[in-house]
Amino acid sequence: MKLKKLALAAATTAALASAHAQISDNVVRIGVLTDLSGVYSDVSGKGTVVATQMAIDDFIARDKPSFRIEMVSADHQNKGDIAANKAREWFERDRVDVASELVTTSVALAVQKIAKEKNRIALVSGAASTRVTNEDCNDVTVHWTYDTYAVANGTAKAVTKTGGKKWFFLTADYAFGHSLEADASAVVKANGGEVLGTVRHPFPGSDFSSFLLKAQGSGAQIIGLANAGGDTINSIKQAAEFGVTPKQSLAGLLMFITDVHSLGLKVTQNMYLTEGFYWNLNDETRAWSKRFFDVHKRMPTMVQAGQYSSVMHYLKAVKAIGTDDTAKVMTQMKKTPVNDFFAKGGTIRDDGRMVHDMYLLQVKKPAESTTPWDYYHVRATIPAAEAFQPLSASKCPLVAKK
Amino acid sequence: MNTTVSTAPAGASTTNKQRAGWLLLIALGLLAPMAVYPTFLMKVLCFALFASAFNLLLGFAGLLSFGHAAFFGGSAYVCAALAKNYGLSPELAILAGAAFAAVLGALFGWLSIRRSGIYLTMITLALAQLVFFFAVQLPFTGGEDGLQGVPRGALLGFIPLADNQSMYYFVFAVFCAGFWLIHRTVHSPYGQVLKAIRENEPRAISLGYDVARYKLMAFVLSASMAGVAGALKALVFQLASLTDVHWHMSGEVVLMTLLGGLGTIFGPAVGAFTIVVLENELADKVGPWVTVIMGGIFVVCVLAFRRGLVGELLALRGDKAPPGGH
Amino acid sequence: MTLFGVSTQALFGQLLLGLINGSFYAVLSLGLAVIFGLLNIINFSHGALYMIGAFIALLGLEFLGMNYWVALAVAPVVVGLLGVVIERTMLRHLYKLDHLYGLLLTFGLALIAEGVFRYFFGVSGESYSPPEALQGGVDLGFMFMPLYRGWVVVASLTACVATWYVIEKTPLGATLRAATERPQLVQALGINVPVLITATYGVGVALAAFAGVLAAPIMQVNPVMGSNLIIVVFAVVVIGGMGSIAGSIVTGLALGLIEGLCKLLYAEASAVVIFVIMIIVLLVRPAGLFGKQA
Repeated sequence: MKLKKLALAAATTAALASAHAQISDNVVRIGVLTDLSGVYSDVSGKGTVVATQMAIDDFIARDKPSFRIEMVSADHQNKGDIAANKAREWFERDRVDVASELVTTSVALAVQKIAKEKNRIALVSGAASTRVTNEDCNDVTVHWTYDTYAVANGTAKAVTKTGGKKWFFLTADYAFGHSLEADASAVVKANGGEVLGTVRHPFPGSDFSSFLLKAQGSGAQIIGLANAGGDTINSIKQAAEFGVTPKQSLAGLLMFITDVHSLGLKVTQNMYLTEGFYWNLNDETRAWSKRFFDVHKRMPTMVQAGQYSSVMHYLKAVKAIGTDDTAKVMTQMKKTPVNDFFAKGGTIRDDGRMVHDMYLLQVKKPAESTTPWDYYHVRATIPAAEAFQPLSASKCPLVAKK
Repeated sequence: MNTTVSTAPAGASTTNKQRAGWLLLIALGLLAPMAVYPTFLMKVLCFALFASAFNLLLGFAGLLSFGHAAFFGGSAYVCAALAKNYGLSPELAILAGAAFAAVLGALFGWLSIRRSGIYLTMITLALAQLVFFFAVQLPFTGGEDGLQGVPRGALLGFIPLADNQSMYYFVFAVFCAGFWLIHRTVHSPYGQVLKAIRENEPRAISLGYDVARYKLMAFVLSASMAGVAGALKALVFQLASLTDVHWHMSGEVVLMTLLGGLGTIFGPAVGAFTIVVLENELADKVGPWVTVIMGGIFVVCVLAFRRGLVGELLALRGDKAPPGGH
Repeated sequence: MTLFGVSTQALFGQLLLGLINGSFYAVLSLGLAVIFGLLNIINFSHGALYMIGAFIALLGLEFLGMNYWVALAVAPVVVGLLGVVIERTMLRHLYKLDHLYGLLLTFGLALIAEGVFRYFFGVSGESYSPPEALQGGVDLGFMFMPLYRGWVVVASLTACVATWYVIEKTPLGATLRAATERPQLVQALGINVPVLITATYGVGVALAAFAGVLAAPIMQVNPVMGSNLIIVVFAVVVIGGMGSIAGSIVTGLALGLIEGLCKLLYAEASAVVIFVIMIIVLLVRPAGLFGKQA
């Protein structure tokens, strides 16, 4: 449940063993630092550990590396200090080469700093804030799956354009929430809407009644939920309880398929959301997702799919250059485009951002859904170049100013 | 509370034995990082200092504070902010943190000493919650995200502490100094008066002691040493977060002290060591069961083990040790 | 129209929400006040027992098909029995010691309960729906009030008033109060004091479980729901006066209202306003607002 050290002995050909001894102690250790029991445990959690294991198994079966691969995992309980201590321990004592997943922005920010200090790699899949590739960017971090700009750009734009002009935000009071609110506000205003007000709730929250009351009193048409996971689910439920909906509409700025699953189509139908992955997109995604489902018993979220993709990309890079030296692997990863079921033609930019297509989705009505987990209409594909914050607007010091 | 004070009978041979004992401990401390992961050791030392500081107030003065996290965490934030935003060198940052904790301790003390028993405890808890509130709201603390990327800096301006080994020796030195200070305080006339107040306050008053002032001093001392521990921890882990000011932290230090032995010199340190080891070893393996085990230890200690590890040890050795409680 | 710069609509809405929260505080602090007022035990495990009450409702529904109304009766009984066991096996031995040890013991018990439930249910917990009869709501003009929340106010106040009445106005209550003040005397009169004490603890924690079942449909049923509330509830009891039943009821309600007001004006402070009040009260009226001077 918490720390599973799985030593996987790769099929080693004796000839290769001695030649490429530049892998630190001949083992590539991947750490999965995630939320195993808290608000984000469905969105990432155990599923990301499963995804990582799948990536490792597939890599060994297909690419037959000469080095061993080990995975360790831990629960950071959404606390930056627990994550920082664990990452430090992993890097200093346990010779872990890469810390991955890192859902919850405070965790990602803390761990990417430590990774830089200890010269290891941080692969961020679950965390959302754009700070990871802006103010806090560094050259050992890759922000893989999505960020607040990408989801805000998709969802807020679509909602504002279809008539939702007056907004009020209910925001989780930490870096992620502020980031999402800021990005969404900018998009709303850029598309002719206005933001009437905002209220911040403690993270994680449980009773949103008084905040929803404020939202109700604001006269806004759209209440933007700048939170995620369990907080979003509860906000939506309590909004229904207090008669906030259907008079006003809710925009879940960051929603995952597990949230829709939890709430049901009746409550979420017609809601817009932006995700980086949908299991039912095409044959390739369906095939992979079915394998994931067989182990985890739930369809993958974009975080879990992204975790697989990032780990696989990392492992391929290590094999390609025969070493797990941080700088060299980073260069190799940035040089190689990402072409798998998760992304086609994805690239990692200088600021660490992996840009790929995002999808504007709309939740189906209950009658329209034919199979379990068949929840979305794919309304549009947002091409990579448009989906993410352009480099010209970047606050990252690593990006050369043109 | 417990009164387990090892008053060694006068005698040159015993004093030499004591001295040898101290030297042995110091030697052990100096050699430890070669065998054990230094960051883990530093964590133990920080908490040992924290618990020893807390013990000053509870074990010797008999005042239960459920708000010590405010001193520990508050100092951590101050130290971290000064080191990170103003580039203050570590020893100055720690002093600043301790000074802040001392002021806070004076305030807490002044407000809570007016009452006694459970009311005193509740006031300290309430005040600590206020500190927690400020920690969440003030921008410089980073709220939920915490204050990260705190530089360890260079000691006295030229000894870099980034390396774990160097940092360890610094932490060890500070710990020894703090511990020595607490030890001296306890065995001083001041310490004796404190114990007298704890044992029989009306008597102490009738003997002419300004009881309130003594209690206040105890608060300030305890708070400053807790502050030193907190600031040190912020530098070791290079971050200060809400966990440090949360009331669970206050509860944890009570547990460490109780487990180790209230009112003993080494008890809190032993308790801190045990708890940190338990948490470290078990956190990954058993997850939430750590909380269960902590709770279990509390229960067992209170029911059957009130003298704590060191207390029981001393009792076995035959020192005068009346059972806890009055 | 505006009052204090906010619309009356918003004001009444938040005050009503505050009243709902206040009735929670009242019924929770009631149990605590009973236990402290009559037994001199500082029951730090009150929050955990509240949580267990909520979980009994949840698990009862899941595994035994036990509906809400049954749970409302069953949970307090189960937790009350648990309380009896705790009192007989553990707390009993601590009466002759400093209050502190009772506090620490119950704190330890709270940690155990929390840890066990966290192991099985994680931190985010599960949701529990209000019973059919109480779903939906009423449009009051200034806000839409869910029926269930109105029920919470009614149920809590009823429990509070009933408990207060029994303790202050009935012979049983009088015996109880006498037994805790002069145990030997009352024992000499032929009344089984230890049993009375055990029963009182049991009733006190049963009230916590009752509050837990009331809370289940509103908050997520999760293992830390108790520890989030416990220190606030303690503050309520301390402000009200640790011996006074009426004191904690009134303070609980008042606090809910003050918090609601606070959320309107300076939302972030709503979490600490209780502590500020507590400090002021303790400095000005040391035994609490309604407490008996020691």
